[in-house]
Amino acid sequence: MTGNDNQMTGAEIVLKALKDNGVEHIFGYPGGAVLPIYDEIFQQDDIQHILVRHEQGAGHAAEGYARSTGKVGVMLVTSGPGATNAVTPLQDALMDSIPLVCLTGQVPTTLIGSDAFQECDTVGITRPCTKHNWLVKDVNKLAETIHEAFRIAQSGRPGPVVVDIPKDIQFATGTYTPPEQHEPQKSYQPKLDADQKAIRAAVELMATARRPIFYTGGGVVNSGPEASKLLRELVELTGFPITSTLMGLGSYPASGKNWLGMLGMHGSYESNMAMHDCDVMVCIGARFDDRITGRLNAFSPNSKKIHVDIDPSSINKNVRVDIPILGDVTRVLEDMVRQWRALSKKPEPAQTADWWLQIEKWRARKSFAYTRSNDVIMPQYAIERLYELTKDRDTYITTEVGQHQMWAAQYFGFEQPNRWMTSGGLGTMGYGLPAALGVQIAHPESLVIDIAGDASIQMCIQEMSAAIQYNAPIKIFILNNQYMGMVRQWQQLLHGNRLSNSYTEAMPDFVKLAEAYGAVGLRCEKPGDLDAAILEMINVKKPVIFDCRVANLANCFPMIPSGKAHNEMLLPDEATDEAVANAIDAKGRQLV
Amino acid sequence: MNAHLQPTGSAYFIAKETQLVESHTLSVLVANEPGVLARVIGLFSGRGYNIESLTVSETEHQAHLSRITIVTRGTPQVLEQIKAQLDRIIPVHRVVDLTVRARELGHERPLERELALVKVSGVGENRVEALRLADAFRANVIDANIEHFVFEITGKVSKIDQFIAIMKPLGLIEVCRTGIAAMNRGAQGM
Repeated sequence: MTGNDNQMTGAEIVLKALKDNGVEHIFGYPGGAVLPIYDEIFQQDDIQHILVRHEQGAGHAAEGYARSTGKVGVMLVTSGPGATNAVTPLQDALMDSIPLVCLTGQVPTTLIGSDAFQECDTVGITRPCTKHNWLVKDVNKLAETIHEAFRIAQSGRPGPVVVDIPKDIQFATGTYTPPEQHEPQKSYQPKLDADQKAIRAAVELMATARRPIFYTGGGVVNSGPEASKLLRELVELTGFPITSTLMGLGSYPASGKNWLGMLGMHGSYESNMAMHDCDVMVCIGARFDDRITGRLNAFSPNSKKIHVDIDPSSINKNVRVDIPILGDVTRVLEDMVRQWRALSKKPEPAQTADWWLQIEKWRARKSFAYTRSNDVIMPQYAIERLYELTKDRDTYITTEVGQHQMWAAQYFGFEQPNRWMTSGGLGTMGYGLPAALGVQIAHPESLVIDIAGDASIQMCIQEMSAAIQYNAPIKIFILNNQYMGMVRQWQQLLHGNRLSNSYTEAMPDFVKLAEAYGAVGLRCEKPGDLDAAILEMINVKKPVIFDCRVANLANCFPMIPSGKAHNEMLLPDEATDEAVANAIDAKGRQLV
Repeated sequence: MNAHLQPTGSAYFIAKETQLVESHTLSVLVANEPGVLARVIGLFSGRGYNIESLTVSETEHQAHLSRITIVTRGTPQVLEQIKAQLDRIIPVHRVVDLTVRARELGHERPLERELALVKVSGVGENRVEALRLADAFRANVIDANIEHFVFEITGKVSKIDQFIAIMKPLGLIEVCRTGIAAMNRGAQGM
């Protein structure tokens, strides 16, 4: 600090504001326009800076850090290319509602607009991919802008924010405003408490249900661990079946008796059929995404729908609902549990008995069944074994995007929230490795595994170097089928099996690659060797790249083909070559 | 009611839906800070909503408030979604659908006025006729020499449309319109 009265340089203000907002780790990459901030980082010990190898990695690492801790993730990048490289993780965090504060350097204010070296219009470029952003032009407003950035990132529906700080502002001296003196912007005051009448109406509707279902999402995880506890309590009280989106896995345990598995395009048969046939749907913290609904005009045609969400724009966006409830999931669930307990006439269990019988029939279809092999490792088997051998440990899972991600969601059982980090909305290949780094930094003693594909892993492979630097013993478990598997599967389904550019012809030797980084490389090709190899991976106290060679042409089933309804699923035992080739009609082909 | 069979909030479904597409006037009260207009416009272009008219100006200097008036078109679902999306922008204080509010108050539409500057050049009979019509439309002459007039006209959009159409054969040179300013009747604020 230079002098009294909270006078300090902009760079000092940045570090002090981060510290006062409880930041312990930041992920970043230096450059010309952030050198004053890096100079301050060098001269303090309170905040640890994790040096990544690409700004995209910084963003995903901060996302993994945030998702696994419930805290705000922080990234620091330079101007121009530093900022543009941050765009992908910013949009990723926006779509998955991850709280992220991104500090970007900017050219000095006197050079803004002159096409200076490493200048770009950062606030312009990041405007549509952030919840909010600021260009700080007065050093005296820097502290309060950073405080406001943290408030906005983590309150309401969480999301990413950008604070763009010109280099001259970092050098200038100004007054530091502590967080407690900061005046929040009046136009942003998220509503947390829901309308009690709406909750009453919802509980009364639930009490009349004969074919009810809970459909929950990432909002339950975002609302905090209390939300998951209350959700479990409400499921126990009501006895309703429950399914979840990809983002919501773990908020209700996969071992719970009411669990139907994930729903949606690659969800379980029982969850999708139950969604289609239910009479009361209770959607909590999910947003009726197109991966979930299938064909909209055939989506759950005979149900009354209750929708709990903190974001008013999520309500009635894709699907019209009967009872919207605006508020924070934790508070709404508290009220729901209380009102359910206070019901004068609770429904008899017999009311839903027929529904459970029907669900058992759907379950008996065993939609996740697959044909095992003694010669080649089936990808589903690899995930099952990975789950069995890690389930009693303190395990966190991240993924890349593609078939392996869906298999992980289908075959890995999540018992707790915040244990599953995946790119849901944006579908960002390259997310998993840096996210695993972020998780491992937050949980140094835990087992952190990135379930990866051979294509995705090469999109952010450079972060292996960061993992080595920080002794982060992340495990990269690659389901290597030598294809961009999901692209290949869609080409088979939609484009006459013409595999245009989806085969990875020049695959690196992942074992040697691991060794080149100073990590450990393992390879497994036979089902019989898999358990021992996985145990070896777990026991190595260094980063590991595990090259798990799996069946090359396995498809990810079950599947709701594009343009089809929940009750038109393609099941693995019915997925003959012909059925696969004709699964999607011309109209569905236009969809994604 | 089969709630699910109703169309979605996506603007790209409009063409396929049989539901009525309506024109609504929205009033948006925003904090007057850099980039706020870009946020509003970016929302419309990014999500495929259309803007028929846009007017923006600071209305309360002390409180740093600006008022944006937007005329947009869409099905009721899309209009509801536009309003919710606007409300989500951090510096947006309030969004009011003036058209909905007007109907609640028992009026067909809110009060909507526009101002236009219209330059007309001509000699002889055309020139006399232009001046006579301007008088009939209660347009003011704000600049003139022996070859041209610049008229200032305010009123409903339809009146300005009509005035411009009439001026066309009389030597219309250029037009500048402000877009619509709007509020509702009665003693209540937005």
